[in-house]
Amino acid sequence: MSETPSYLGVPITRPKVAFFDFTACEGCQLQILNNEATLVDFLSLIEVVAFREAMTESSDDYDIALVEGSVTRADEVERLKTIRKNAKVLVALGSCACFGGVNQLKNRFDDQEWVKKEVYGDHPIETQRAQPLHEIVDVDMKIYGCPIKKEEVEKIVTNLVLGKSVKHPKYPVCMECKANDNICLYDLGEACLGPVTRAGCDAWCPGSRFGCWGCRGPADEANMDEMVNIMKERGFSYETMLDRLECFGGFAEFTSKLKDQMEQDKENG
Amino acid sequence: MKISCNINVHHLARVEGHGNIHIDIKDGEVTHAAWEVVETPRFFEAILSGKKWENAPWICGRICGICSIGHTLASIRAIENAFGIVPTEQTIKLRILLKHMETLQSHILHLYFLAAPDFLDVGSVFPLIKSHPGVVGMAARLKQLANDACDIVGGRRLHPTRTVVGGFTMLPKKTELLQLKKRLQASMDDLTETAGIFKSFTIPDFQRETEFVSLKGDGDYPFIGGDLISTDGVEMKEEDYLKMTNEYCVDQSTAKWARLSRESFAVGALARVNNNFKFLHPAAQELAESFGLKPVNHNPFMNNIAQLAECVHVTLDSIEIIKELIDSEWDDPRQPVKPKAGIGASAVEVPRGILYHSYEFDSEGRIIKSDCVIPTGQNHANIHLDLSDLARQYALEGRNDSEIRLLAEMLVRSYDPCISCSVH
Ligand code: SF4
Ligand code: SF4
Ligand code: SF4
Ligand SMILES: [Fe+2]
Repeated sequence: MSETPSYLGVPITRPKVAFFDFTACEGCQLQILNNEATLVDFLSLIEVVAFREAMTESSDDYDIALVEGSVTRADEVERLKTIRKNAKVLVALGSCACFGGVNQLKNRFDDQEWVKKEVYGDHPIETQRAQPLHEIVDVDMKIYGCPIKKEEVEKIVTNLVLGKSVKHPKYPVCMECKANDNICLYDLGEACLGPVTRAGCDAWCPGSRFGCWGCRGPADEANMDEMVNIMKERGFSYETMLDRLECFGGFAEFTSKLKDQMEQDKENG
Repeated sequence: MKISCNINVHHLARVEGHGNIHIDIKDGEVTHAAWEVVETPRFFEAILSGKKWENAPWICGRICGICSIGHTLASIRAIENAFGIVPTEQTIKLRILLKHMETLQSHILHLYFLAAPDFLDVGSVFPLIKSHPGVVGMAARLKQLANDACDIVGGRRLHPTRTVVGGFTMLPKKTELLQLKKRLQASMDDLTETAGIFKSFTIPDFQRETEFVSLKGDGDYPFIGGDLISTDGVEMKEEDYLKMTNEYCVDQSTAKWARLSRESFAVGALARVNNNFKFLHPAAQELAESFGLKPVNHNPFMNNIAQLAECVHVTLDSIEIIKELIDSEWDDPRQPVKPKAGIGASAVEVPRGILYHSYEFDSEGRIIKSDCVIPTGQNHANIHLDLSDLARQYALEGRNDSEIRLLAEMLVRSYDPCISCSVH
């Protein structure tokens, strides 16, 4: 791969790319390796200089940092700030990095001491509220999903290399789902957040007859009140709505409103 | 000359998650050797508190990016055990097939991408793309086959979408299964060649007497549910897993440690082979024996070979399962679920060893208490103790510090640790 790579005959410089992981399952990084068919082509476009999960060598000289995971400890805050200083472009990779992911579910307990005790008993352990990257540093780009869709990452990184702008779909998962002629989960009596969740995953879950849990966060034109009405009409409880909406952290603003609404409804009987 | 050195490996590469190795040797004597786990905890057991049952498999799959299928299936089994749901034959077969393909995917990832570079004296698989294109191509082919199979059966290779309490949301097409069977049959050549490649590697000769824990085979090489067994002669029921794990906290690790009859024990492919060798497919037995792997083997580096033998086992077994599935009529994919109060525990063999999930439910199926005991968590103490023995042995043999450092790294990698999973 020493020859200068080109795209449509135009030579391009290979940016130095580094992968980093914070509090996460490392699944998003693995999705990159899971891309067996196109991995070699993809790797010819970039120069990987740090990828701890796959390589021993590591360098602080990189252009693009792909960062997975959320931040839950003081040392992670410092590490992230250093990465921000070194990188020209910092990309948040996956829902943990973009919204806190499933890790932020622990934030719903006001008492973090209880959270620690529930798992570690009296043994001392350090943790803080799970935070997405953008709460700590400037994030240049977000790649959504739990997990990320590998095709999308390759497309986005290729665009970055070519200096093309990257656009996420503004429309919801339902559009992709209908285009794929899937059976609607609501017709099967199941809940689905497809009407309000940002597309781009090609309706991954509904394609498997499994309702969407909103891992990519809200679409640009998400009508949340309408979503609640649909679910209420179909007999789903607030609890079911909340389980889905709060699962990955993308709907954080709306979930706190929904919790208030739940309380009000309770008071009104 | 007696060696003196300090070996410090910060955030060991080519393992999942964050761990450090420290070894101090003074005049040939090991004065300190430690395996530290510094991964940030995610508190899954607290997160689940108060959540309805259907959240558990979906959330718990996210404990691990490599064995999300194993976690999802362990979570589902614990819930089914609590609610008294018995899976149909068809569901059992599909789950085993799905698990087999995750095992294959994970073992190939470990053998080629994480372990092999050490034996070939490179820092990662990336330079091999140029120097050994045929080998990398083969690794990619095997991994892709396993991953495609997971997509077909589980809906998605990572964080599966079709696996639910009661069965599956949707079944694979028989034409897809037929195609898969052909690819599996063809892949046997690649596995044979893989064995040839590993034959050319020198597996370090290191032994430390160890207790090995796994599921106990009952006619089959076991993967999902059943009794628990150890090479020290302990036997337990699945629901008594707590007596098999005895977790405790230590200062050097954010993951809990475990013990049974001794100071530590090991789980994983080597533990499974050691306990259930006779149930391995004959071809897998033959492969193991050709590497001198027979029960009970106490060389942790042989976990690589045990994984290789399991690749052969799961591939051949999957071909049989697919034949049976194709020859039978499809049943309903999914049974209805009725929550009830109670506790359910499960034991499932995932790529890195035996995994336990357990939940206590209220009458509406809300989680009161949950517990997950992770394979790598059970291995940490054993890795820690192996490290000091290894340093001692190689210091005695007069190896230099860079050799000892590499062997220590290779030792940890042999366990194929999944550190973020072990901390969860
Ligand atoms: S976003 Fe999901 S897949 Fe990615 S690291 Fe987080 S939990 Fe894992
Ligand atoms: S299944 Fe979900 S995403 Fe698909 S059309 Fe129905 S609501 Fe929309
Ligand atoms: S369907 Fe929903 S939950 Fe599934 S991948 Fe797409 S956005 Fe995420
Ligand atoms: Fe645990």
